[in-house]
Amino acid sequence: MAARAESAEPGWWGLTVRGLRCWLTVYRRIWRSSVYSSVLGPLFFLGAMGFGLGSLVNRHGTAGLGGVSYLAFVAPAILATQAMQTAMSESTFPVYGAVKWNKMYIAARATPLRPADIYRGHLLFIVIRLAMNSVVFLAIAAAFGAVSSPWAVAALPAAVLCGLAFAAPVAAWAITVSRDTAFNYALRFGMTPLMLFSATFFPLSQLPGWLRVVAYLTPLWHAVALCRSMTLGTLDAGSAAIHVGYLTALAGAGLWAGTVTYTRRLYA
Amino acid sequence: MPEVLVRARRLTKRFGSFTAVDGIDFDLYQGEAFGFLGPNGAGKSSTMRMLGCVSPPTDGELTILGGDPRRNGPAIRARLGVVPQEDTLDVELTVRENLLVYGRYFGLPRAVIRERTGQLLDFVRLADRADDMVEPLSGGMKRRLTIARSLINDPAILILDEPTTGLDPQARHVVWDRLFRLKQRGVTLILTTHYMDEAEQLCDRLVVMDHAKIAAEGSPRELLGRYSTPEVVELRFDPADHEDAAKRIQDMFTGARPEVLADRVLLYVPDGDGALAAVLGTGLQPITSLVRRSTLEDVFLRLTGRSLED
Repeated sequence: MAARAESAEPGWWGLTVRGLRCWLTVYRRIWRSSVYSSVLGPLFFLGAMGFGLGSLVNRHGTAGLGGVSYLAFVAPAILATQAMQTAMSESTFPVYGAVKWNKMYIAARATPLRPADIYRGHLLFIVIRLAMNSVVFLAIAAAFGAVSSPWAVAALPAAVLCGLAFAAPVAAWAITVSRDTAFNYALRFGMTPLMLFSATFFPLSQLPGWLRVVAYLTPLWHAVALCRSMTLGTLDAGSAAIHVGYLTALAGAGLWAGTVTYTRRLYA
Repeated sequence: MPEVLVRARRLTKRFGSFTAVDGIDFDLYQGEAFGFLGPNGAGKSSTMRMLGCVSPPTDGELTILGGDPRRNGPAIRARLGVVPQEDTLDVELTVRENLLVYGRYFGLPRAVIRERTGQLLDFVRLADRADDMVEPLSGGMKRRLTIARSLINDPAILILDEPTTGLDPQARHVVWDRLFRLKQRGVTLILTTHYMDEAEQLCDRLVVMDHAKIAAEGSPRELLGRYSTPEVVELRFDPADHEDAAKRIQDMFTGARPEVLADRVLLYVPDGDGALAAVLGTGLQPITSLVRRSTLEDVFLRLTGRSLED
């Protein structure tokens, strides 16, 4: 038999990839509908915000936006927001369901995978989903003329990092949740305000000072600022380092916490 | 002497102040079918989770396939097959995809999984459902699929936690038949059950668990010989007379230690017909009477004073 056998003593990466594969198998069943929504979602958003609202805003001058069109201002924010939304939806109910509904985690824990491998494998799948959605979005945004710098290519890893900064800690929390209603609160009272007040649809200068300080502390603001500096080509190394550092720290803290909470939940 | 595959000494599992498994000792030998018989809550499932390396022991020693579950979990689990108490099949995938996903967890190449899937689905008689979704399968079919899935990595030990709980009698017999065939092929089995007939049919050796401890150990035959009598007389009286009749029988058969249950009196005797005749001779009038061979249920009752299904 010529089939290649995998190493008998796989390392953490090998086991993580094994943890990823089951999600890909499941995804093969639903990818059509998911592509549909990841193409149509940004089309609607860019259309409504960029052209609908944008035509109104542009008419009154865009100095407050840094002199770019409203479409160019809002597109990178929608990119980051979409990454957050993808991350949140993939790291809440699916995590819960993998314990309670389809029991994918419970099945997987009886195999060589450790809870940390199961966690990282799932995150790796989320990273792939983030990359897919972000590529599609960037392509559509570029086609709409919302991108003005070759640096926009770097907005792809930035959006993925943004998603991971949400997915890693949220999944770490989701595995500890005993009733799925908790997710609705998180989405409604966590995600919605972030989406509205992170310099997504208007610059932070429109907000009162104290709210601006709050916004500076939120991950989505950093992600929006990072993605925007890339699609507009206004990147400066100092602030990029702060944004990347912030998001990486959040993802890293999530990864650490998830290893603990997954082990506690799956190895009772 | 066959190889020892699992060795447990003073094995203990505590959850906070609750002790689920209280210092049990046992050995599992290559090629045997070893059972944990006991009522719900006796500590069987906690023991199975420790054996499956998904629940670290709180105390004591546990060696599985020469490894320490705390340090060698992935390597040990790579050689175990686990049939959990509740099905963990992905019902939105097909029968074949379930085996594929699971086999990939073990790092098996697709070609190997494909080949084994054919053999295993033949073995559990699901070959004609290979490309159907799992959702509409019956409970018995899902159980058989779970068993097929647990064999995908050609495990050294197959761990089954209540393999037939929740199945109707016919489906249960099909599962027993398949497990018996595995045993004939030399697969080492560990199973838990609260069905005495399951333990009698499948287990070469078993331990009776009660209140987190092992109450007795031996082959079904040894346990019957040690803790029960060849025959049992079951007497059922009118509820109004039950207590009085029980008292009289206890006085009559002091040596036979009659068991007085809420609805029946059980007499453990070598000669059932003789004992029944003696009871009837005293003028006692049971509503029903039955002389039968003794079972592991009786062993459990004699050991603990309670019945398994309680």
